[in-house]
Amino acid sequence: MTLDPALFEIVALSLRVSGTALLFSTLIGIPLGAALGLSRFFGRRMVIALLYTGMGFPPVVVGLFVYLMLSRSGPLGQLNAPLIPSLFTPGAMIVAQTIISFPLVAGFTMAAVMGVDPQLRLQVRALGATNWQTTLAILTEARIGVVVSVIAGFGSIISEVGAVMMVGGNIEHSTRVLTTAIVLETRKGNFDLAMAIGVVLLGISFLTNVAMLRLQGRTFDE
Amino acid sequence: MNDLIYRLQNVTKVYEGRCVLEVENLSIHRGEIFAVVGPSGAGKSTLLRLLNFLESPTQGRIRFLDAEFSAGQPMPLAYRRRVTTVFQRPILLNRSVWANVSYGLGLHGKRDQTERIEQALERVGLRDFIRQRARTLSGGEAQRVALARAIVLQPDVLLLDEPTANLDPYNVGLIEEIVQQLNQEGGTTLVLVTHNVFQAKRLAHRVALLLEGRIVETADVETFFQSPRDPRTLAFVRGEMVY
Repeated sequence: MTLDPALFEIVALSLRVSGTALLFSTLIGIPLGAALGLSRFFGRRMVIALLYTGMGFPPVVVGLFVYLMLSRSGPLGQLNAPLIPSLFTPGAMIVAQTIISFPLVAGFTMAAVMGVDPQLRLQVRALGATNWQTTLAILTEARIGVVVSVIAGFGSIISEVGAVMMVGGNIEHSTRVLTTAIVLETRKGNFDLAMAIGVVLLGISFLTNVAMLRLQGRTFDE
Repeated sequence: MNDLIYRLQNVTKVYEGRCVLEVENLSIHRGEIFAVVGPSGAGKSTLLRLLNFLESPTQGRIRFLDAEFSAGQPMPLAYRRRVTTVFQRPILLNRSVWANVSYGLGLHGKRDQTERIEQALERVGLRDFIRQRARTLSGGEAQRVALARAIVLQPDVLLLDEPTANLDPYNVGLIEEIVQQLNQEGGTTLVLVTHNVFQAKRLAHRVALLLEGRIVETADVETFFQSPRDPRTLAFVRGEMVY
């Protein structure tokens, strides 16, 4: 029972870190995916190849990269700029998780957008849509896929342990999240507690996905 | 020449090195039904895309009202919104019938147009389908929704790209009737593209034959069908091959 406040703290931090990272990933990923799906430009194939690689990034490698960038002697850590987070803070974890999840959001959004009938674009433009309105119409038409892209992005970071461990450091009351807590408790031999946290993690994941499914709307039942 | 709504001069359209359209001179008058007939692949749909300013011509100029459209000179949005197209295949949004018909108005920033939307749906005989999902409609119903979505915008020019090619006679009849009413009562200029010469004969005031991207002949409907100047027109209206 005494663990409850500590557990709440961990849950809250997990949601804050992964939620913020997901927000950034969505803001980067959806426009990027739409642009890649809808326009043709020189080097597009190359960008897509890089994106696909990004979809399979091992979180520890991202963790290592962010670690090196943000460490005191790293290229970004040296700058001491107010917007650049320090290592072993939630900010650093958000940066790492954003890098992990935005390629997934972008990649799935691109696929969803490309699955929309190309004629729709012409039809919407014929009805007087601006470029921006046309893109919005296509994203709305591809909404099931776009929401899946966000779900995939969320799934990849709420369950991720390698990167948050490296750049966060699993510091109690500061950077400990659900996944790193499970690792720690398992190592300490507290299997009951580790399992309990695991169940909490699964529960959060389930509830979040139910909420996101609602975003797909009635379309899903047809 | 105040009654001209379109004037095309030396317009060409090239796709990947292939010239699909080459129109030296074409005028379309305000308030007429102008039909463009020709076999498939003649460049009819390309012409309509140019007339809706969806693509710019490779060369030449298209004058629309007092604005000009050419390569590197896009048509201002306000003018673009005075023209719309109903395509051969009704591409409806995966939403309700109501949402589809109100969609274009929303794009134009016109909200709360309940009455107009109801009138448009009434006109195409789909008043009772308002709440239905567009996906569950039959082909003919879907095309009528597409027509309602276009006429609710009250465009100056309505472009019809083979609007009845995939439909049964009942729906063809309905759509032709609506289109004719629109022209007679609303004064909407209509440009109809079809490979069906009988439809052109039934609806149009003037007809043009397009072959391999070039206009062979433009004439009023009677001349076009009774005494065309060009032997290829004669062959086409008789249903013979003209290639």
